[in-house]
Amino acid sequence: MTEKTVLNATHRALGARMVDFGGWDMPINYGSQIEEHHAVRRDAGMFDVSHMTVVDLHGPRTREFLRHLLANNVDKLKKQGKALYSCMLNERGGVIDDLIVYFFDEAHFRLVVNAGTRAKDLAWITRQAQAFAVEVKERPDFAMIAVQGPNARGKVLDLLNAMDRPRIEALGKFTAAAAQGPHGMPLFIARTGYTGEDGFEIMLPNEDAVALWQSLSEAGVAPAGLGARDTLRLEAGMNLYGQDMDDDVSPWEANLGWTIALDEGRDFIGRGPLETMKAAGVPRVMIGLVLDEKGVLRHGQRVTTANGSGEILSGSFAPTLNKAVAFARIPAGDPGEISVDIRGRELPVRQVKYPFVRDGQPCPGI
Amino acid sequence: MSEIPGDLKFLKSHEWARAEDDGLVRVGISEHAQEQLGDLVYVELPEVGASVVAGAGTAVVESVKAASDIYSPISGEVVEINELLGDKPETINEDAYGDGWMFLVRPSDRAELDELLDAHDYEALIENEDH
Repeated sequence: MTEKTVLNATHRALGARMVDFGGWDMPINYGSQIEEHHAVRRDAGMFDVSHMTVVDLHGPRTREFLRHLLANNVDKLKKQGKALYSCMLNERGGVIDDLIVYFFDEAHFRLVVNAGTRAKDLAWITRQAQAFAVEVKERPDFAMIAVQGPNARGKVLDLLNAMDRPRIEALGKFTAAAAQGPHGMPLFIARTGYTGEDGFEIMLPNEDAVALWQSLSEAGVAPAGLGARDTLRLEAGMNLYGQDMDDDVSPWEANLGWTIALDEGRDFIGRGPLETMKAAGVPRVMIGLVLDEKGVLRHGQRVTTANGSGEILSGSFAPTLNKAVAFARIPAGDPGEISVDIRGRELPVRQVKYPFVRDGQPCPGI
Repeated sequence: MSEIPGDLKFLKSHEWARAEDDGLVRVGISEHAQEQLGDLVYVELPEVGASVVAGAGTAVVESVKAASDIYSPISGEVVEINELLGDKPETINEDAYGDGWMFLVRPSDRAELDELLDAHDYEALIENEDH
């Protein structure tokens, strides 16, 4: 049974090509994925991300629970509305999911987790929460619209109640606050995203989502599908769960070490194995690759290095760069010359530091 | 969907063939196929002089999303390829039945054309696919 977001009919009326995405009937594009990608890099685009799972956590011991549940440390969240990116690990140190956690008050935090991992995430969180008497409450009553691009914030700000505008304009990155949208609709606005551009991710009641989408459309924000979202996040160097990491991959092997807080005395799930792996030396690393020749790097292609073979994780044509880029997992150590098997042909690729694109422009050396 | 030109013949795998006045056969992919593939970013064409076999993989089109084999609707020798696609693969998205043609074949057996679907049958095929 395919699920539909509250904007499903809106997408169809716009002529979107719909695909099954993690059990959801979602727009892959509204005509041209590449034009939608450029709209976000150059102006402003919007994505329906209502399929993502919003989970509210309630109870006086919620912070203590999250210190245990998450590999990043929620003690970094001190101010109301502050957000943090973190992995949630299993007992082996593998990644169950990556997520964003928002802090409201000591008895209320919010998680936003991936749609494709919803069932296992909810089961895991609920099980772990019992010992802390934390209530786990899914919020299917929320829709979510991501508005991204250099002009995205301005276009959203124009739609807000004038009283709220200065406060939301001053919102720092990875921070969220409530505000009133068109017709007084209640919005929860976060300055976060998955495109490498500035912008907001807006949670709001399902019943208001179509009206907000229309208002954004009238303000000149271009609808963009999940196809563009994927190329934008890859260019921006952001991981995709299921492709770049999963239950059998540790954060060390997915370039997510920066999200692991090995602070003294905090006993988070998966910490033991992570420390053991780090001490023993991590056998595989995730790197960025660029293909200068014609062709497209894609998930699953074999990568050959001086130290043995690896594989392409996320890989795609990158519209901002007009060539293919990818993440690959390869054996640790100097890889020497690297090549990729593209339908039987070994093509040379270059290892690069990523992000591949920042603030709308190719990064140096890409 | 745009009208399918009546002078085209089709493979079920969405390649078209057009018999030209000079006896050569021009090959491309259908409007429906380009819609399904999405934005094309790379096209790999056969070499001029290569021999092609009806129903065999002859070219590759890569969209942002995926790579797809293109089968030749007819056997023979490739006498010309559409060089424009090297720099502008999106021409196929913009004009699948015209400027987005892929290669031109001197057929070894023109009777193979009779085995292809005509425009009417092809239209029926893709309508069934959609439902």
